[in-house]
Amino acid sequence: MSSLDYFNDTHRMVRDTTRRFVEQHVLPHVDEWEESGTFPRELYVQAAEAGLLGIGFPEAYGGSGEDVFMMVAYTEEMMRSTSGGLVASLGSLGIGLPPVAKWGSDALKSRIIPPVLKGEKISALAITEPGGGSDVANLRTRAKRDGDHYVVNGSKTFITSGVRADYYTVAVRTGDAGYGGVSLLLIEKGTPGFTVGRNLKKTGWWASDTSELFFEDCRVPVENLIGPENGGFFCIMSNFQMERLNLAVMANMTAQIALEESLRYVQEREAFGRTLSRFQVLRHKLADMATQVDVSREYTYRVAARMAAGEDCIKAVSMAKNMATRTSDFVTWEAVQLFGGMGFMRESVVERLARDNRILSIGGGTYEIMNEVIAKQLGL
Amino acid sequence: MKVLVPIKRVVDYNVKVRVKADNSGVDLANVKMAMNPFCEIAVEEAVRLKEKGVVTEIIAVTVGSKAAQEQLRTAMALGADRSILVETDQEDVQPLAVAKVLKALVEKESPDLVILGKQAIDGDNSQTGQMLAALTGMPQGTFASEVVVADGKVNVTREVDGGLQTVALDLPAVVTTDLRLNEPRYASLPNIMKAKKKPLETVAPGDLGVDLASSTKTLKVEPPAERQAGIKVASVEELVDKLKNEAKVI
Ligand SMILES: Cc1cc2nc3c(=O)[nH]c(=O)nc-3n(C[C@H](O)[C@H](O)[C@H](O)COP(=O)(O)OP(=O)(O)OC[C@H]3O[C@@H](n4cnc5c(N)ncnc54)[C@H](O)[C@@H]3O)c2cc1C
Repeated sequence: MSSLDYFNDTHRMVRDTTRRFVEQHVLPHVDEWEESGTFPRELYVQAAEAGLLGIGFPEAYGGSGEDVFMMVAYTEEMMRSTSGGLVASLGSLGIGLPPVAKWGSDALKSRIIPPVLKGEKISALAITEPGGGSDVANLRTRAKRDGDHYVVNGSKTFITSGVRADYYTVAVRTGDAGYGGVSLLLIEKGTPGFTVGRNLKKTGWWASDTSELFFEDCRVPVENLIGPENGGFFCIMSNFQMERLNLAVMANMTAQIALEESLRYVQEREAFGRTLSRFQVLRHKLADMATQVDVSREYTYRVAARMAAGEDCIKAVSMAKNMATRTSDFVTWEAVQLFGGMGFMRESVVERLARDNRILSIGGGTYEIMNEVIAKQLGL
Repeated sequence: MKVLVPIKRVVDYNVKVRVKADNSGVDLANVKMAMNPFCEIAVEEAVRLKEKGVVTEIIAVTVGSKAAQEQLRTAMALGADRSILVETDQEDVQPLAVAKVLKALVEKESPDLVILGKQAIDGDNSQTGQMLAALTGMPQGTFASEVVVADGKVNVTREVDGGLQTVALDLPAVVTTDLRLNEPRYASLPNIMKAKKKPLETVAPGDLGVDLASSTKTLKVEPPAERQAGIKVASVEELVDKLKNEAKVI
């Protein structure tokens, strides 16, 4: 390990623990879980016992500490499970809980964070609405103050862990139109007026539950406000930074695994009396794939290092996500192509990677929205 | 009761090693390193003895470069209380030299038990534990598949040809671990964090009065011959014929 390495001894130990967790608790069951469209809730507890759910959260609340490369190492090794859906649902606390940890009241923090980090409760983030996900400033779910409660009306959709979650960090409109009227509320499962819709059927991320949420005169105590009233937009945008970095890491790993699978396959599979790896057109294809994966990963690491150093990386992290998802789009597409008919079969890993990949340039801010962010930062 | 657990930093078992172009050894540049799997079993056994209340202190020790601190930290994350790095930049320290270092540490620390892996997956020597026992005069129980400490003795069940042999050793004793002794745990993150605060002492081989100079010299390292591709045989007769006359195995 050279001094150019972004990962220190602690990160390597976290990587090792995550790798063993995946090998022992996930890989033996992952195909079955993907096909059945879910995984046992017990896995949250097992991950919590290893301290994996605590990554990114302060030790005072049962976390394992806030460390960007610990998160990167964890996500990379979790992606070795080959189930993006499992990584997304097991990791939904990574987007649902940070607003509570950063901007919640002390009472809210000590009530909500520990049970989630123990794997007993599941946290989800609910921003997107049936009317639109990209235009966060114009969300329509209303929360009207009535005494010491907010009365919430509206709906959300495409919410990861939406069916199974216990605590939802929900973006609502408490004020006027536009970004200045948005707040974050913690809404708990079982609150009267709050119902969860069906588990939506998806192209990929099968092991993950994704659903609609409905609020009808749902009364939420004002103590559940996260951050300042009408100051939610800033919290949401700030929260997106780590989510986008994590999605870039997921995309890079999706591409990495597809590349490794391809390298193995072309050296085994024969056509016209020689292995696929002997055809120059395919060798060069693999060289292109490997180059893109390397370049994208290195850039993501660089952005992660800057974020770890406390730099504001709004533009860079958007670039990293777009670069990574373009790379995984290219690599997973070509991997399926290299596998031929087998690439279309569920028994091959590249088939799942290609399906799971499709969401990565959509969730957490679409490719186009990332470009909007970048363009704005360029002064356009 | 005090246990000394010597461990070794080796190339990770998943890595396909490559021989250096000049045949002087294996290329270690940018290769993933890890704790030797048999050493993990040794650490695990010590931790289980501690959890049973038999052991009160576990000291992990390694002879290696500064980078080997990572493996000592891992041992402490798994449950060792403190650790000692006998620091050297010399590559490929031979079993006898390691055994001499361990003898010096045994004299200094007076452990009741030394638990080591039966071999390291890099050199595959399987000598260090035996040499340590010989140098110190301690009894040895090698290739352990079960370790029971009771009444000032340790009973070690050994996997030998044709069955299991149990030997009773007076303490202090040397035990080397076989694969089936236990299934090592992985370190939880809180324990990884706690390990950062546990003491890690660095000493030089000279401080212990040991010279690591090797008495053997590696002349040449070569990769094993590449496996030939298989062939398809048409019939059982042809198979038997080939096994008899070509492979000469029957
Ligand atoms: C599997 C899955 C899990 C998800 N998990 C969650 C979750 O946990 N929580 C959550 O809140 N949301 C979640 N989402 C929702 C996701 O964040 C949104 O789908 C995404 O932000 C896009 O919003 P939309 O679907 O409403 O598309 P729209 O906003 O309707 O966009 C449609 C198209 O128009 C483009 N477009 C929009 N505006 C512009 C513009 N200004 N310039 C150029 N092009 C533009 C978009 O890029 C897109 O291509 C999830 C989605 C999926 C599929």
